[in-house]
Amino acid sequence: MSEDLLKVEGLKAYYQMNYFGVNREVRAVDDITMTVRKNEIYGIAGESSSGKTSFIKVLAAAIRPPMRIVAGSVKYDFKGLAMDVATATPAQIEAVRWKHLSYIMQGSMSVLNPVRRIGKTFEDFASKPLGLKGGPFRERVLHHLDRLKLPAEVLNAYPHELSGGMRQRVTIGLATVCHPEFVIADEPTTALDVVVQKEVLSLIREIQRDMGSSVVFVTHDMSVHANMTDRVGIIYAGRLVEEGPTRQMFFAPKHPYTAHLVASLPRIGDRTQRPALEGRPPSLANPPSGCRFHPRCPLAIDKCKTEVPPMVTVAHDQRSACWRAGDVEPLVQPHAAHEVLA
Amino acid sequence: MSTLLDVRNVSKQFTMGGLLSRRVVNAVQDASFSLSTETPEIFTIIGESGSGKTTLARMILGLELPSSGDIQFRGKTVSAKGSRAEQLAFMGNVQPVFQNPFEAFNPLKRIDRYLESTTRRFLKLTQRDDIDGAMDEALQKVGLSLAEVKGRYPHEMSGGQLQRAAIARALIPNPPLLVADEPVSMVDASLRMSIVNLLKSLRDDLGVSIIYITHDLATAYYISNRLIIMQRGRIVEMGDARAVLDNPEHPYSRLLKASVLSTEDAGDGKLATDPAMVKLASDLVARPGTLESRGDGRLVRVY
Repeated sequence: MSEDLLKVEGLKAYYQMNYFGVNREVRAVDDITMTVRKNEIYGIAGESSSGKTSFIKVLAAAIRPPMRIVAGSVKYDFKGLAMDVATATPAQIEAVRWKHLSYIMQGSMSVLNPVRRIGKTFEDFASKPLGLKGGPFRERVLHHLDRLKLPAEVLNAYPHELSGGMRQRVTIGLATVCHPEFVIADEPTTALDVVVQKEVLSLIREIQRDMGSSVVFVTHDMSVHANMTDRVGIIYAGRLVEEGPTRQMFFAPKHPYTAHLVASLPRIGDRTQRPALEGRPPSLANPPSGCRFHPRCPLAIDKCKTEVPPMVTVAHDQRSACWRAGDVEPLVQPHAAHEVLA
Repeated sequence: MSTLLDVRNVSKQFTMGGLLSRRVVNAVQDASFSLSTETPEIFTIIGESGSGKTTLARMILGLELPSSGDIQFRGKTVSAKGSRAEQLAFMGNVQPVFQNPFEAFNPLKRIDRYLESTTRRFLKLTQRDDIDGAMDEALQKVGLSLAEVKGRYPHEMSGGQLQRAAIARALIPNPPLLVADEPVSMVDASLRMSIVNLLKSLRDDLGVSIIYITHDLATAYYISNRLIIMQRGRIVEMGDARAVLDNPEHPYSRLLKASVLSTEDAGDGKLATDPAMVKLASDLVARPGTLESRGDGRLVRVY
């Protein structure tokens, strides 16, 4: 087993607000324990308002009030440079940002400064962490652009002159030009068309394999996870409910929510009725008691309403937080799927 | 057999830029298809951004006028001219469902007010009980009820519920045709199928025809009867949804199908698209070609 680059233990990050004397607490990240290994793509899946964005904000050490780490630790182990986000000083965070820990953002149009040429944006981002200027810096950037199959001319272009796919590749370039060991990708392909999406995904994968870095890949699209990630973690209402190797998660899920997410994906070549999950995602300000999935869960028993299920190992490398993990039926069979294809 | 909607050789050009750098964009070129009144169906328009699918939808809704060609709804040309009453009658027959339900509703107004104004305008109801009854009836069709919706603001509901409410609003005038522009792309994964299944039941149980615009081939296969695939304003393939997607013939259709991420080989990390396929498809953009019919009833653009 390879080494861990990131260890998250019992992390709780809440939004704590006080309006006119009324305290309000939103438990966006509630007791998450997980690790990210070296040289892997770890996928995080979750719906909007499931707390996944808050979670990766903590991972990216971008914690701003009203969000606060209430308990737990987020420990990075970069080559000879250990850091705990929960206790790190701003100077420590500054030292690892972009160089070791980097971020591919969603919505390339709003990330890139519209009135600055791409080359200038590269300078703003990367000149300082790389410690290079002028000619050598330009050479380094050009070398990197070549890797991303982007022509050198993009450096002189403004963001609006590039297509959506090109812009997204530029933001990937910005995030990876310093060869970081840890990259967080937040829905990098959601706004792209299918053909371009596939190109961008394979590019991220190629770059990751090339640099040997770890990537945390966040998206709600399970079909992207199927093709991109080595392991997937599912977040529901601020909690990690299941994690495991991608293939196992798709064909032998041990949490009813995962089973539903996988089963609800429509496929070309298969028109059987897909189940839809009733109910709505819970509010994080006032989550359900016990297992947070119980009001929507087809397998729920009385115990689920009162007791929070712990995260336990249910199969090789696979952990699930469900009282009835043993009863979860995989709704999709790998061989059956192949028959449909044939 | 009478036609509900007849789109005949419709083209739309946009002129962009100023006096010196004028550029004409052909958003839709020579599109033709028709829907019949007797058999309600889900007719899907598939294409990437910039393929003209939304422009085509806006023309069907009468929000945009075609540069050439003709769109007829029940034998009458769709146009911005004509009296207010005629336009209202048309709007009552063809209703839109938009992509982002959070943008479709005014965040400062309660959801039922939006439904109420639609009810007053199209059903010409004035009595409180009648209005509530009509709103409740429409909401029941989408699996909601007036009691759940009344007095609530858009932010108090999930994306899926809000999209259902938007569909309920569109159903108030009992339209024979709905135009749904990417209705599920902004909805959460666990709620997406409930919307798609809802569209299916609207067709099967209420006999509403739906023009479903999407770039997602998998849901298109799941619910549609017929589909057209558009590339840069041109229809490149058209026919029965199953036949076309099981065995696409046009290079662009094949590229789209190859780009769909499947879950069958989850964890294997197969991502590469054949560059020859991409080149073949993009080389055809500039060439007009002609639509030719095939034995199984589909039309394919050949060059």
